[in-house]
Amino acid sequence: MLSDQDRIFTNLYGLHSPGLDAAKKRGAWDGTKFLLEQGRDWIIEEMKASGLRGRGGAGFPTGLKWSFMPKKSDGRPHYLVVNADESEPGTCKDREIMRHDPHLLIEGCMLACFAMNAHACYIYIRGEYVAEKHALQKAVDEAYAARLVGQSNVHDYPFDIYVHHGAGAYICGEETALIESLEGKKGMPRLKPPFPANMGLYGCPTTVNNVESIAVAGTILRRGGAWFAGLGGKNNTGTKLFCVSGHVNKPCNVEEELGITFRELIDRHCGGMRGGWDNLLCSIPGGSSVPLVPAEQIIDAKMDFDTLRNLGSGLGTAAVIVLDKSTDIVAAITRISYFYKHESCGQCTPCREGTGWMWRVMQRMTEGRAQKREIDMLFEVTKQIEGHTICALGDAAAWPIQGLIKHFRPEIEKRIDRYTANPHSEPVPMAAE
Amino acid sequence: MANRRLAPASEQPESFAFSPENAEWARTQIAKYPEGRQASAVISLLWRAQEQNGGWLPRAAIEAVAAELGMPNIRVLEVATFYTMFALEPVGRFWIQVCGTVPCDSCGARGLKEMLQARLGPAGHVSADGNFSWLEVECLGACCNAPMVQINQDYYEDLTPESLGQLMDDLAAGRPVKVGSQTGRVSSEPQDAVNTLTDPTLFDGSRVGAWRKRFEEAGKAAEPAAATGEAAAGTQQAAENPKPARPDAGRPVERTVTDAPAQRAAGGETPVKPEDRADAAERGRSTAKHGAARQGDADVLDSPAERVVAGEPAAGEQGHQETPARDAVPQQPEASGASEGEVAAETEEARIAGALAALPKDASPEQKADAVGKRPPGLEAARAGKPDELTRIKGIGPGNSQRLNGLGIYHFDQIAAWSRDEIAWVGTYLAFPGRIDRENWVGQAKALSAPAQ
Repeated sequence: MLSDQDRIFTNLYGLHSPGLDAAKKRGAWDGTKFLLEQGRDWIIEEMKASGLRGRGGAGFPTGLKWSFMPKKSDGRPHYLVVNADESEPGTCKDREIMRHDPHLLIEGCMLACFAMNAHACYIYIRGEYVAEKHALQKAVDEAYAARLVGQSNVHDYPFDIYVHHGAGAYICGEETALIESLEGKKGMPRLKPPFPANMGLYGCPTTVNNVESIAVAGTILRRGGAWFAGLGGKNNTGTKLFCVSGHVNKPCNVEEELGITFRELIDRHCGGMRGGWDNLLCSIPGGSSVPLVPAEQIIDAKMDFDTLRNLGSGLGTAAVIVLDKSTDIVAAITRISYFYKHESCGQCTPCREGTGWMWRVMQRMTEGRAQKREIDMLFEVTKQIEGHTICALGDAAAWPIQGLIKHFRPEIEKRIDRYTANPHSEPVPMAAE
Repeated sequence: MANRRLAPASEQPESFAFSPENAEWARTQIAKYPEGRQASAVISLLWRAQEQNGGWLPRAAIEAVAAELGMPNIRVLEVATFYTMFALEPVGRFWIQVCGTVPCDSCGARGLKEMLQARLGPAGHVSADGNFSWLEVECLGACCNAPMVQINQDYYEDLTPESLGQLMDDLAAGRPVKVGSQTGRVSSEPQDAVNTLTDPTLFDGSRVGAWRKRFEEAGKAAEPAAATGEAAAGTQQAAENPKPARPDAGRPVERTVTDAPAQRAAGGETPVKPEDRADAAERGRSTAKHGAARQGDADVLDSPAERVVAGEPAAGEQGHQETPARDAVPQQPEASGASEGEVAAETEEARIAGALAALPKDASPEQKADAVGKRPPGLEAARAGKPDELTRIKGIGPGNSQRLNGLGIYHFDQIAAWSRDEIAWVGTYLAFPGRIDRENWVGQAKALSAPAQ
């Protein structure tokens, strides 16, 4: 188990005060000026050396992302935008950072802005997190009052930080949609290129990072990229907040080393599997967007980016949804399909029409009111949606269904058999919405 | 997508105006954004308008916000109908939003929905006493505390149908209720079984400053081992910053991921290993960094010299950006993620943008192109006087075809043979960066130049 001394989010559960004084005792804002004095290149090199991969789901190396920002300003300001629009089903880690350890985040924003020559940072927090927004705003006010941030601050780097909130749109977690939303428009993703590092918020160079990626920066710089890289495995370094939900005895958030096995994660932190390990049906290891992994494959798998990718799934946001044998797995995936139908922004036809289509077919399959050949057709349609949209929501809608068909096809067929074995009067078909 | 319409005209109020406090508050919101970007405040203002109007957003409020921000009405209407947290029809005094997405769904949200259905009727209707209305919503982001609901602005977690019923009774009767977990959890910790973050030294301030030891050690290490720039800077910084690391403040179990000379010296060994000395004699190698590489990470390259040896471009060389080691950083499938191709494209684009930024604004296309790539070889004239019909390549129109001819490019096989640098050159020359790859001109040209069947 990861030693307490190596945990970054020491107030994860809010058992201590989130205020500035307590945060300083826990090590936030400790020697920030010293770190800034080491210089921009040192910060970026140290972040690269840490091997930190973005915690928002894509796993893109954070130090590398920072280095994409133009080295010299061409007159346009640079921006850092922190993606706190945490909406991926299963994920609830950024919420704990913002309400319990907000100063780690604010300090990280300052360090990241310095490394990217940005003087303003917007934190885009999801609209539903009202209490978290107030907690974060309070911490920002504290930091201003203590002159840790602001136009003239003790760190001699003019830096402003603003809290901005959304109004309930999953798609705004996509970086370009988030930028659109921040500009006061509908959250519809932009085509890339141009990438935000060239033309982002208000047409200026912008980097969008997840809350967790930014909040760990201070500790990484203090203790060294080598320390962070020493945890976890190669290419999967460091610690990560895991959000374990579903059918475990004690669902919880916990910070653990990447590469901990699924079994150890559940046994050690979550009070074990509900009904014992034989009761495990499958797990969705990285938020609803990734394909499920059946019990026998996940149970002793390492929870890191590469292992899960090799299992045909992904670590995503490390939102581990555990499902036991009482779950109606077809209905569960149907519910996920409904989620994507509801959250599609409607910009690209394959996604707008496809998510609704897949959901309607999945509904019939839940009851068994389908033909077996339709399973292949459904799979084929998911392949037509995947990769044919501007953003990855189309992919995210397709993968859970692909995962279901890959691993639980017999279950779908069983339902079809059961349904067809009994006489039914077919309901009148309804037109598509 | 959800179908969202404004409330019928019969329910719409005549007019809407912000209260003086809210109008003042709106000005502070607008001030957060740069001059001329006041549209950014639209969500905040709509939200405040919704609060002022008893939890839902009438047409008059949407128009008032548009006027306040100098936006066309339709733009604000778009925003109001796009984002699902704007209630466009009247809601009850307590608006219950039940999270129904998979983690909650598998932990009992269906029970909550059935209970609400039985008690309040179908979703989206205000109960007869005006107290409640409910709606199933998508993930509210409190999955470790499933199932949960949001009532107005507060989260109520770890619910059962019974505790939700009790909660509703208390709210309706005006009794105080506990926000958050209803089973006594503080937040998302494992209930009654917290076995992490128990070390008191994390919280009493005794670890503050312990990390500085690393910089002091780096300073000491650099001295005997022919310090490089970074290590020397560390020494200097440590000297300038007199606050000493408290020797007993460091955690005793700190993992030694460095094999620093100072540590070796403390252990009674020679501080500088013989092989390190040999390395130091070689030009361009940083022994400090070499020593810091962990065992088993032999392939983690650090100094520019090592990178060049391994065939990777050195960072910062000629203002070029580092290319990510593609095999070392595999991509993840994820909603907001960048695909592998995107990563490569982004790297390339950043490189090109960096090179172009260094040029004067009035640089000619050739100058710009020369800065990012290599001009492909051209022909004096088409072979046998018969140029290929380049417009058969999707993406090349008559204009581009002419400009390519101007470069001496007349045949498919010429395009098929372009290297990466040449693609970058032509893309920049034609002012279509990235397009050649997106439309796969090279692949198309290969197919077209293959001998006819």
